[in-house]
Amino acid sequence: MSKILVIGQHADGKLNSGIAKVVNAAKAIGGDIHVAVFANDGSTVAAQAAALDGVAKVLVVDRAGNDDYVASAIAPQIVALTQSGGYSHVLAAGTTSGKDFLPRVAAKLGVQQVSDIMAVHSATSFDRPIYAGNAILTVEAPASPCIVATIRLASFQATGAAAAAAPIEKISVDAVIPSHTRFVKLEAQKSERPELQSANRVVSGGRALGSSENFNIIYSLADKLKAGVGASRAAVDSGYVPNDMQVGQTGKIIAPELYFAIGISGAIQHLAGIKDARTIVAINKDPEAPIFEVADYGLVGDLFALVPELEAKA
Amino acid sequence: MKALVSVKRVIDYNVRIQVKPDGSGVVVDGVKHSVNPFDEIAMEEAVRLKEKGKLTEIIAVTVGGAKCEETLRTALAFGADRAVHVKVDEEIQPLTAAQALAAVFKKEGAELFFLGKQAIDDDAAQTGQMVAALLDLPQATFASKVEIDGGKATVTREVDAGLETLEFDLPGIITTDLRLNEPRYLKLPDIMKAKKKPIEVVGLGDLGVTAAAGLKSVKTANPPKRSKGVMVKTVDELVTALKAKGLI
Ligand SMILES: Cc1cc2nc3c(=O)[nH]c(=O)nc-3n(C[C@H](O)[C@H](O)[C@H](O)COP(=O)(O)OP(=O)(O)OC[C@H]3O[C@@H](n4cnc5c(N)ncnc54)[C@H](O)[C@@H]3O)c2cc1C
Ligand SMILES: Cc1cc2nc3c(=O)[nH]c(=O)nc-3n(C[C@H](O)[C@H](O)[C@H](O)COP(=O)(O)OP(=O)(O)OC[C@H]3O[C@@H](n4cnc5c(N)ncnc54)[C@H](O)[C@@H]3O)c2cc1C
Repeated sequence: MSKILVIGQHADGKLNSGIAKVVNAAKAIGGDIHVAVFANDGSTVAAQAAALDGVAKVLVVDRAGNDDYVASAIAPQIVALTQSGGYSHVLAAGTTSGKDFLPRVAAKLGVQQVSDIMAVHSATSFDRPIYAGNAILTVEAPASPCIVATIRLASFQATGAAAAAAPIEKISVDAVIPSHTRFVKLEAQKSERPELQSANRVVSGGRALGSSENFNIIYSLADKLKAGVGASRAAVDSGYVPNDMQVGQTGKIIAPELYFAIGISGAIQHLAGIKDARTIVAINKDPEAPIFEVADYGLVGDLFALVPELEAKA
Repeated sequence: MKALVSVKRVIDYNVRIQVKPDGSGVVVDGVKHSVNPFDEIAMEEAVRLKEKGKLTEIIAVTVGGAKCEETLRTALAFGADRAVHVKVDEEIQPLTAAQALAAVFKKEGAELFFLGKQAIDDDAAQTGQMVAALLDLPQATFASKVEIDGGKATVTREVDAGLETLEFDLPGIITTDLRLNEPRYLKLPDIMKAKKKPIEVVGLGDLGVTAAAGLKSVKTANPPKRSKGVMVKTVDELVTALKAKGLI
């Protein structure tokens, strides 16, 4: 039977909402599921992890500096825990932090990482997207010494709440932490809006918005719909919105129930981020725009007239 | 200070990928290839640092078959001084690529290594981090700003929450994000000059690398297709449709 270590990524005392999805992927693999929390003081986060259905145990590794999640500091601790615990699988959420530290873990363990698992066939066989999701590769990973993988969050539902909380155990790991890398600061965008990656509805704007002032009509529609806000790369590159709003192959991969692409042409790199959206609505003045090939509802016309009208009538 | 820049040959980002009917992979023959866009950004960053006097030499490196020479020529046209071609004929996976790249980095005595944050074909996004792990060196991934001063690198990184800043002592590894810079257009004289620059060819064995056990490709398939939806004529029609489905 497999023994699976899930890395319990967190920020500001909150377990990342993706971990419930990683646990569900772990359940599909099958086995004993342990969540490891690396933090300055992991007690709050550990309690959240312990409440997830399927988790057998939560391990807490407290160490000053762990909250910063510097890859070169976190990776050796994960490697030590994997080896001492005899884990068959190490899983992390495919967030920017998971993508940062997990390959470092894989290299230290001498294994190839399976990036972005989107489906589990067995304990060793998985699907992953390649070419911006335009092809799906099924891989078979060697079981020995272990399997190291990131989970594509848009492909999994969250596990539910456990009937009874899992036990929490404080442990220490035997790892050498280098001092060559220092966390300086995080400039986080504070927003009252639903988080892009977990929002049920998302409204995204593209280059056509033309300025950050004009982007307000996107925010305004989003607020009416209680939606998160995203953007194309062109809108981010042009400085209309910050980088963390980019949706696509090299931005965020999302799976909302309802997605609005407004003034976005539908380049394959953008589509890579919204393939799992349940319903896509596109508003574009060009009837030939590629976005209409994937949209469930298309509306041709000037966004500056249509979006305010939509906001009024929705 | 020497810098290494890795460049990978990939199918051009404008190409519509076709999965082979027998599921053995995607069609690569006769398809336009280019330098991985993130690697052009890596090259550009190194060249700008050299122009500012922060670097003395830029070495481009690739791991791949004979056709990757074109990729190295592009890197040389950008401004690499010379190149190393780790020639492999068989398929290699990120850990093996990382072992080869780490060996070249060590052999060259470089202090900075720029890689792309991901290659747009395999989208694995792991090679740079693996190189850093193998060399026990610092890493700063997804860089959107890099400053090199006094034996230190200060790097702004694009992360899910916003922008993070890390500082590390050189030597170290940096992987590039899209907004780090806008690569220059190559001019004909630079392309001509690049033809004369030296490329050293080495094998994995010369670097003391044996290919790591890999993932086995079972099959490559098309993603589920989204069916084309309906075109609505008015906002009213759209709102009615979305309300009927309970979406708004
Ligand atoms: C390596 C690489 C990675 C990339 N990663 C990403 C990524 O992660 N995410 C991403 O989004 N892109 C990504 N891109 C960029 C992508 O290729 C496109 O360039 C980008 O998505 C285009 O953004 P856009 O649709 O906003 O702009 P455009 O393509 O310029 O489209 C603007 C659209 O607005 C419409 N329009 C104009 N005015 C109006 C109006 N008044 N009313 C209604 N419609 C109007 C136009 O008809 C057009 O269709 C990547 C590119 C590369 C090379
Ligand atoms: C199961 C499987 C089967 C595969 N089959 C094939 C195949 O048949 N043919 C094939 O060509 N590939 C194949 N690959 C892909 C190939 O092995 C990887 O593309 C390569 O090893 C690096 O992965 P990546 O490009 O996703 O790395 P990433 O980590 O996404 O790349 C990041 C950066 O690392 C650098 N880099 C990565 N690789 C190289 C390189 N070779 N040279 C220089 N710089 C590099 C670049 O700077 C790049 O921007 C396969 C991969 C897997 C997992």
